[in-house]
Amino acid sequence: MHRIAVVGGGTGGTVLANRLAKELRSEIDAGEVEVRLITDDPDHVYKPTFLYVPFGKKTVDDAKRPIADLLDRRVTLEIDEVAGVDTEAKKLQFADGSLLAYDQLVLATGATLEPEAVPGLAEGGHHFYGPDGAERLRDALAEFTEGHLVLSVVGVPHMCPAAPVEFVLMADAWLRERGLREDVELTYTYPINRAHGLESIADWATDLFEERDINLETFFNVESVDPDAELIETVEGRELDYDLLVAIPPHAGSDFVVDAGLGEDGWVDVDRNTLEATNAEDVYAIGDVADVPTSKAGSVAHYEAGVVADRIASRARGLPPTATFDGKTVCFLEAGMDEATFVEFSYGEEPYVREPSKPLHWAKLGYNESYWLTARGLL
Amino acid sequence: MTEPQLDTDVTIDSRGASCPGPLMDLIGKVKTLDPGAVVELQTSTRNSTTDVPEWLDEAGHELLEIEEHDDYWSIYLEVS
Ligand SMILES: Cc1cc2nc3c(=O)[nH]c(=O)nc-3n(C[C@H](O)[C@H](O)[C@H](O)COP(=O)(O)OP(=O)(O)OC[C@H]3O[C@@H](n4cnc5c(N)ncnc54)[C@H](O)[C@@H]3O)c2cc1C
Repeated sequence: MHRIAVVGGGTGGTVLANRLAKELRSEIDAGEVEVRLITDDPDHVYKPTFLYVPFGKKTVDDAKRPIADLLDRRVTLEIDEVAGVDTEAKKLQFADGSLLAYDQLVLATGATLEPEAVPGLAEGGHHFYGPDGAERLRDALAEFTEGHLVLSVVGVPHMCPAAPVEFVLMADAWLRERGLREDVELTYTYPINRAHGLESIADWATDLFEERDINLETFFNVESVDPDAELIETVEGRELDYDLLVAIPPHAGSDFVVDAGLGEDGWVDVDRNTLEATNAEDVYAIGDVADVPTSKAGSVAHYEAGVVADRIASRARGLPPTATFDGKTVCFLEAGMDEATFVEFSYGEEPYVREPSKPLHWAKLGYNESYWLTARGLL
Repeated sequence: MTEPQLDTDVTIDSRGASCPGPLMDLIGKVKTLDPGAVVELQTSTRNSTTDVPEWLDEAGHELLEIEEHDDYWSIYLEVS
């Protein structure tokens, strides 16, 4: 029996397990191969929904479905938290000390949020990167009628590099719709010398910010937040007052990745094309937990899952794997409440940003709905 | 490849990371260092050779030297 273990039931892990179940259908039915998905949350969470929660356009429940409903029946599902990996012995370890042997392992455990890494941020700042944060921000926004709204990108890398730009453009449009924009000053801050890591997106956003009267602060690395004084202090020695702070918190990978020697900072070191771990045999990483030079985005997790499914299926059949990942990344970007744009790029390429339009906004909303088919491996 | 000419306290290997990875690695590390520490940032992204000095200027740290190797750059700086 060839045992394939996938850890993490988010976008990457779910698409991968379903692809493997399809690809290795006859081997699984014959009892020669097992595909097991281990995840610590009985729900699959589609995080892009959280962007719409603060504006009352979606609810946190819209982001969740039971993982069991999304998986091919040939996948063995186990709800448990993986606490460690012994890559020498090829075994996973669980919190209760029990072990599970694998022949090939894929880590798809995503990224976690660490607001507490910056003093005062957890108390002083809001965010929309998780269910509770998005709901609290919805309530705070509903009551916010005047003052200074600051969107600060504190942690880089973070999930969905586009989301902070989208949030501030949506907030601008939403406040205009409600007749409040004149009473609200909007500021967007970013750690490096432009508005976004990718130059073309930075240029596009900078023009829009100017057009829409949104202040831009660059080289802005938050050192601490003083929640009582409503003040942000930066590493560069600057200070900024706020009335409502929406921050993209620092992100972290997984502790067990560090403990297993798979990556010093919690992200798994992998070959950027094969997605095989640099420091271990028969271990792959996909999605946000994989350290590859592109965005931490669901589209990346999805394309990577396809590549790794092919490679693992080849190995399970004793064939040399040939599929490789070229860094393909696709992102829709909301440019307000009813228009969006779209970018697509691979490793080393600069994306081209199209003129925002209503059809692209509807395409983004349509994709969000059809996502559940994607996760099932049907799209 | 030339040998580093400065005594460094910390070396940050950001080779292979795309922009703004090396700069972010540097900013993250500098926050934890004492004044006077000498840092070598290794980067294979050409942009770092302009972005990093600009940030050092902004944050008040001192750029000591930029050394070009075959396929990467070493940027030396002193934390103030
Ligand atoms: C607000 C927001 C908007 C976004 N918008 C977009 C967008 O428009 N387009 C886009 O492409 N991407 C977007 N993203 C990013 C996208 O959601 C992530 O990149 C994507 O979810 C990554 O997939 P993943 O499988 O790597 O991780 P995840 O989807 O985060 O899944 C990780 C899974 O692993 C499980 N897990 C973690 N640790 C363990 C453990 N130790 N043991 C067992 N299970 C474990 C978790 O419970 C979870 O199920 C957005 C993200 C946010 C927060």
